[in-house]
Amino acid sequence: MESLWAIVAGVLFACGFYMLMRRNLIKIYFGLALIGNAGNLMIITSGGLTRAIAPVIPEGATSIAGTYADPLPQALILTAIVIGFGIQAFTLVLLWRSKAVTSKGDVDDLRTTDITEKDHH
Amino acid sequence: MRPSVILKIGARYMQPLLLLASIFLMSRGHNDPGGGFVGGLVASTGFALLAFADSVEAAKKALRFDSRSFIPLGLTLALGSGIIAFFFGKPFMTGYWLPFTIPIFKYFGVPALFDLGVYFAVLGVTLTIIFNAATQEE
Amino acid sequence: MKIPLIILPLLIPLATALLGVALRRHAAAQRIVSGIGSLAGLAAASALLYTVATQGIQVMQAGDWPAPFGITLASDLLSAILAFMTAFTGCIVVLYSFGSINEDKTLFGYYPFTHFLLFGVTGAFLTGDIFNLYVWFEVLLTASFILLTLGGSLKQIDGGLKYVVLNLISSLFFLTATGILYATIGTLNMADIATQVALGKHKTIMLTISLMYIIAFGTKAALFPFFFWLPASYHTAPVAVTTIFSALLSKVGIYVLLRIFTLIFVENTAFIDGLLLILAGATMIVGVLGAVAQTDVRRLLAFHIVSQIGYMAMGLGLHSALAIAGTIYFIIHIMCAKSALFLVGGVMRRITGTFDLNKMGNLARTRPALAVAFFVPAMALAGIPPLSGFWGKFQLVLAGLELKSYAIVVVALCVSALTLFSMVKIWNKAFWKPMPPDSEAAMAAMPPMTGTELVCMGAPIVILGLCTVLMGIFCQPVVEFLMRASEQLLNPAEYIRVVLGGGHI
Repeated sequence: MESLWAIVAGVLFACGFYMLMRRNLIKIYFGLALIGNAGNLMIITSGGLTRAIAPVIPEGATSIAGTYADPLPQALILTAIVIGFGIQAFTLVLLWRSKAVTSKGDVDDLRTTDITEKDHH
Repeated sequence: MRPSVILKIGARYMQPLLLLASIFLMSRGHNDPGGGFVGGLVASTGFALLAFADSVEAAKKALRFDSRSFIPLGLTLALGSGIIAFFFGKPFMTGYWLPFTIPIFKYFGVPALFDLGVYFAVLGVTLTIIFNAATQEE
Repeated sequence: MKIPLIILPLLIPLATALLGVALRRHAAAQRIVSGIGSLAGLAAASALLYTVATQGIQVMQAGDWPAPFGITLASDLLSAILAFMTAFTGCIVVLYSFGSINEDKTLFGYYPFTHFLLFGVTGAFLTGDIFNLYVWFEVLLTASFILLTLGGSLKQIDGGLKYVVLNLISSLFFLTATGILYATIGTLNMADIATQVALGKHKTIMLTISLMYIIAFGTKAALFPFFFWLPASYHTAPVAVTTIFSALLSKVGIYVLLRIFTLIFVENTAFIDGLLLILAGATMIVGVLGAVAQTDVRRLLAFHIVSQIGYMAMGLGLHSALAIAGTIYFIIHIMCAKSALFLVGGVMRRITGTFDLNKMGNLARTRPALAVAFFVPAMALAGIPPLSGFWGKFQLVLAGLELKSYAIVVVALCVSALTLFSMVKIWNKAFWKPMPPDSEAAMAAMPPMTGTELVCMGAPIVILGLCTVLMGIFCQPVVEFLMRASEQLLNPAEYIRVVLGGGHI
C-alpha cells in the first residue's frame, strides 16, 4: 500500500514541477498546488498506512486498547493544508492583479523589476 | 450572469443551516472529529453560497459585521486562551477546564476557547478572501 | 501569575499587531501602539538576552507537554542575540516609518503586518521544533508577501510574484524534507532528533534530507544559485519594508542553517562544509558583480545582501568556533550597516526624488550630514578598520587561514575590494559629481523635509551608524561574547540536556 502511494506522490511531484516550468502564470500556480498536495500525501504515507483506530482515549479508560494510528502526520498535514490554503489564496489574488495590469499572464511580461528608470525613457 | 432563482432562494435557507452545522462541528471538536477550522470553513461556505447565489452585498448584510474584524477577534481569543495558563503559573497554552459542563460545548476550557478563536479567524480570513475576489471579478 | 520570559518577545509583537488591526481606521493611534509595542518588545528581548547570558539556556514546553511530545521553545545565546536584534531592528524601522510611510499604507495595515513579521521572525529564532519552525516561516512569509505588495503598483506585483513563487517552492522543499525526516527519525523536536541521529543508523538518508534543507534554506537565505528572487523583488517595496526584509528575512535562513548543521546534521560534515564553501564563494562573487553593474541605489544594495550572505555561509562552511562567531558577528554587523545604507538610500530619494545614481549629484556639498551618515556604514560594509565590517571579515579570514582554506579567503578578500569599489561608486555619483543639469528641476520640486521627517528618518540612521562604530571599537568584548554563543552551538550537549530535561519552565 505504501509503495503505491509513494509512486502516486512521486507522479504528483513530477507533474507539479513540470507545471512550474510552464510560461503561463496560472499553470505555475497549479504546479505549486500540485507539489503542495504531493508533499502532504508523502507525509501521510511516510507516517505509515495502517488499519487502526483513532488515537483518542475513550471516556473512562486510561489508555487505548489495540493499535492506533500515529496522530502526528495527520496534525502535520492539517497544519500544512491550512497554511497552503491561505498562501495559495493570496497567490491567486496576486496573479489576478498581475493579469489585470499586464493583461497577459505570461512570465515574459514580468520584466518591469529588471528595467531601470533609464531604460524606460 | 444572473444567478438562478432556485439557487437564490435555496441559499437563503441553506445559510442558517450551514451556520448551525458549523457550530455543531466546532463544539464537538474536543473529543470527536470536528473543530474550529472545519467549523469556520463550513460557516464561511454558507456566506460564500449567499455571495454567489445572490450578491456579495447580500452576504455582507447577512454577516452583519465587517468580515475583517473577525480575524483580530479570533486571534485575540486564541491568544487569550493561551495566556490563561500564566495565572496558574504554568507554561503558555496549558489546558484548564471549567469544573462543570455547559450546554453545546459540554467541557469548556482552554482548547475549546482556542477552537472558538480558530473558528472566527478562519471565518474572517476565508470570507475576506472570497469577498475581495468576488468584487475584483466584477 | 508567572509568565515565562522566553514567550514575551513573541506575545508582545502579536498583541501589538492585533491592537493595530483593531485600530485600523486610526492612523495616529496605530503609530502610537506600534511605537509602544516595539519598545516593549525590545525590553522583553533584552531581558531574555540578559537571562540567557547569565543563567544559561531558557526553555518553555508549550501546553506543559513534556519535551519530545509537545512544542518546545528554546533559547540559547544565538537565539537570544538574534531575537534581540530582531526587536532592535523593529524599533528602528518603526521609527523610520513614522517619517516615511504615508497615510494610505498606514490605513492599509502597514504597522500590524510589520509586527506580524517580527512575530514570525522571533518565533523562528526561538522554536526548538522543526515543524513549528515551518509554521513560523509561513507566518513571516505571509506577512512579508503582504508588506511587499502593499500599494500594488505594477513593479510590486511583478516582484511580489517572483518572491512568492520561489519562496513557496522552497517552503514545499522544507515541508517535504521534514516529512522524510519524521518518517526516518520519528520525532520533530530538534534536540530529540539530534540524540536519535547520534545513534548513527540513518547516515545515507540523512545526507539526502540535509541537501533538501540546503535547497530550502539556501533559497530563503538567497544563496547561490537560489538567490534570483531577492534582487528582483526587494527594491520594489517602500524603503522601510526593504530595510526590515534585508535585516531579517535572509538572516532567518542563515540562522536555520547554523542551527541544523550544528545540532542535527553533524555527520557527513566534510562533504556538506565543502559544498557550503563553494556555494558561499559563488554567492559572494555573483552578488558583488551584480551590485557593481547597478545604478539604482536600492538594487545595488539588494545585490550586496546576496554577496554578504556568502560571508555568513563561509563561516558556517569553515565550521570552527572562530568562524561561527565570525558569522554571528557578521549577521549583527549587516543588520546595522546594511539597514543604515538602505535608510540613507531612502533619504536620498526623499531629497532628490529618484533612486537613480545617474540623476543625483553634489550631495556632499548640499547635504554634508547625509554624506557622513552614508560614509560610515558604507565603509563598514566595505570592511575598513576600525568599523564593524572589518572585524567580521577579519575573523572569517583568520578562521579560513587557520583551516588552510585559502581559496575561500582569496575570494572573500577580492569580493571585499569590489564591495569597496561599489560603495565608492555610490559616493562618487551621488555625493561628489556635479548635479546633472536636467535633474536639478526634479530635485527643486521636492518639498523640503519637515521636522518630523528629519527626526524620524535621521535618528535611526544615526543610531545604526553609531552601532557599527561601537561594534568596531568594542570588538574584543563583543567577540568574546559571541565566542560563547559559538561554543554553545558546537557543543550541543547542554542544549539537548536542557530541552529534553523538562521540569522547569
